Amino acid sequence: MSNASPKTLLLRGGRIIDPSQSLDGVSDILIADGKIETIGDRVRGDIGGRDDIETIDCGGLVVSPGFVDVHCHLREPGREEVETIATGACAAAAGGFTAVCAMPNTDPVTDNQAAVGFIIRQASRARAARVYPIGAISVGQKGQSLAEFGEMVAAGAVAVSDDGKPVASAHLMRTALEYARTFGIPVADHCEEPTLAAGGAMNEGVVSARLGLKGIPSEAEEIMAIRDILLARRTQGHIHLCHLSTRGSVELIRWGKERSINVTAEVCPHHISLTEAAVENYDTNAKMNPPLRTADDVAALQDAVRDGTIDLIATDHAPHHYDEKEREFADAPNGIIGLETALAVNITWLVESGIIGLPLLIERMSCSPARVFRLPGGTLRRGSAADVTIFDPKASWVVDASRFRSKGRNTPYAGQTLTGRTKYTLVDGEVVYRT
Amino acid sequence: MTPSLGKDLLALEPLSGEQIKLILDTAEPFKEISERAIKKVPTLRGATIVNLFFEASTRTRVSFEFAEKRLSADTVNVGSAGSSVTKGETLVDTARNLEAMRIDMVVIRHGASGAAKFLAERIESNVINAGDGTHEHPTQGLLDLLTLRDHFGKLAGVKVCIVGDVLHSRVARSNIWGLKRMGAEVAVCGPRSLLPSAIGELGVPVFTRVEEAIEWADALNVLRLQLERMTAGYIPSLREYNRVFGISRERLDRAQRDILILHPGPMNRGVEIDSDVADGPFSVILEQVTNGVAVRMAVLYLLTGGRPELAEAAKGGKREIGSGRREADHE
Repeated sequence: MSNASPKTLLLRGGRIIDPSQSLDGVSDILIADGKIETIGDRVRGDIGGRDDIETIDCGGLVVSPGFVDVHCHLREPGREEVETIATGACAAAAGGFTAVCAMPNTDPVTDNQAAVGFIIRQASRARAARVYPIGAISVGQKGQSLAEFGEMVAAGAVAVSDDGKPVASAHLMRTALEYARTFGIPVADHCEEPTLAAGGAMNEGVVSARLGLKGIPSEAEEIMAIRDILLARRTQGHIHLCHLSTRGSVELIRWGKERSINVTAEVCPHHISLTEAAVENYDTNAKMNPPLRTADDVAALQDAVRDGTIDLIATDHAPHHYDEKEREFADAPNGIIGLETALAVNITWLVESGIIGLPLLIERMSCSPARVFRLPGGTLRRGSAADVTIFDPKASWVVDASRFRSKGRNTPYAGQTLTGRTKYTLVDGEVVYRT
Repeated sequence: MTPSLGKDLLALEPLSGEQIKLILDTAEPFKEISERAIKKVPTLRGATIVNLFFEASTRTRVSFEFAEKRLSADTVNVGSAGSSVTKGETLVDTARNLEAMRIDMVVIRHGASGAAKFLAERIESNVINAGDGTHEHPTQGLLDLLTLRDHFGKLAGVKVCIVGDVLHSRVARSNIWGLKRMGAEVAVCGPRSLLPSAIGELGVPVFTRVEEAIEWADALNVLRLQLERMTAGYIPSLREYNRVFGISRERLDRAQRDILILHPGPMNRGVEIDSDVADGPFSVILEQVTNGVAVRMAVLYLLTGGRPELAEAAKGGKREIGSGRREADHE
């Protein structure tokens, strides 16, 4: 981010919640030169003598370290009519995210250092949320030979993943986990056993039986989850399991963590809020992979967010052009947008319902993702970059996709009333979003 | 008050018992029209109907076409082969273009589950689902119900077992919902690899062996086994399927009573059903086909605003189609 106009910013009177320092209380924050300078009562004293201070009144609002999304699809290069790195980064900022990780299933695939460099250049021009590229595991995401992890990491990649395509070969996953150890990056896997999931359009269960849609059984995810966990045990590599959707997966991760296997896991807001019932009317905006599951799965995932079995919440933001979704259910593409609804969905289904408090939500949306992916951010510690989210945890609003910064409109929450809204997003101390 | 069907007929699952009874009762007077020398009444004169068949079909398409023509509608058949669909046109564009020609009704057969509903939500015309993917085939379900009712004099309490590839069968789903709604007892039987894993949650008992199904049932609805299920690995061979699940004379003879045999067609003789059963005294397979025309006439009539109490009069052609359709809008 640019430091062209260093400014002093006073965030006054907000409820500062920073789990990285176990902070939770009403106070002030002083930001200078893009960094957190002071938190707390000494702020007023530190202001003396400065005349270029902008004050943001944070009364009634929560001030937290900026949210970090380790899983989104920004579609550039290749599908710029659907989303660009700039529109995605702006959508992220509007959702309170100060950093996002872009999955490599672009066209061409982000599987080399030049492609990684392109994303970083486009992101710096956007002047919104930071964008960290994730490189492909295999060349062209074809599932055959390893991409050049070392060069991609040197160019700025923070993880590798073939997300969107399951890594069918256990051998490839094994070598990826081994090879990634040199660079200290996680290998993020989309767990899907391809022969079980083939042709599937939704969760396999009573709803798929009624609608006559081919189902994807839970086991398609769970078989790969345990394969990956076992390979992480063998290799001591860091496996990060993406967008988990079933109770069984939660139990398998718990099993792995109890044995100190290096496994981390994410869940998406839609999987902790919606069930397969959302597909009932063949609503293609409720079609994603992994699919929405049952109420029992949702309950297990919510519990796992609370007890830490699931480390973090990521959006799997996946914009599609409206006419791609405007078609027969089985033929519609998978995925929904999530950057601009994540906070509200999480507050509505996790906080308002009493499952977790705001500090734990902020841990799962900010501190934990930064820690797991070894990214800067996730803290308001003195001297750290001022990546800050200021949100109203009580604001209730009706989702109107036409007002999103994202080019995507494909959300199953359209028309719903949710609670919790971003007011300001700061990156390097600059306001990149304000309502 | 007379129940109405609403704008479309997309599935039997959402219909009430009253609505199903309405269609079956309305079909009764229409049966006779097809027995006349001049099989035509002016009931739907001036109405334009498009038969939009994205999947190959002989029986259902011809049955709909006869139903439409015997009610004097103007009909156009559109198949996917050679149409704009093969040029990449989307379903919604195809529909909008047809509707721009001011049609009244679309009969759609499509390979994707939910396609009929998708269409119905996007166009003003009445939509009749003539089979959508592996979801439902409501008029087939209705003609099966009518055939069963003809023979048993009622549906309540009649034990019907659906035998075969329930997993991929839209006929099975429509039968399950329609029969249950009318108070019949429904069970399914087939290899577990061809039953939905959640079949139990649909409230339908499962017979693992066809002998048990025969022991239980008053009627068997024998589903067609798609030959491609073998190559896709659901069953080992057609020969073994016939030996384990095929409906044979020998198996039926072991039952203590006569069992009515239905089949939605087209049959694979010697696979799911043996010829001496298909052609035997308890087969009502051709009656199903005959009833298909009457049921479809009833559905066309009711959706365009025809009133059930006037169905008998409609046979004589006294009713005016235009006024009828406007009445439908107020229901």
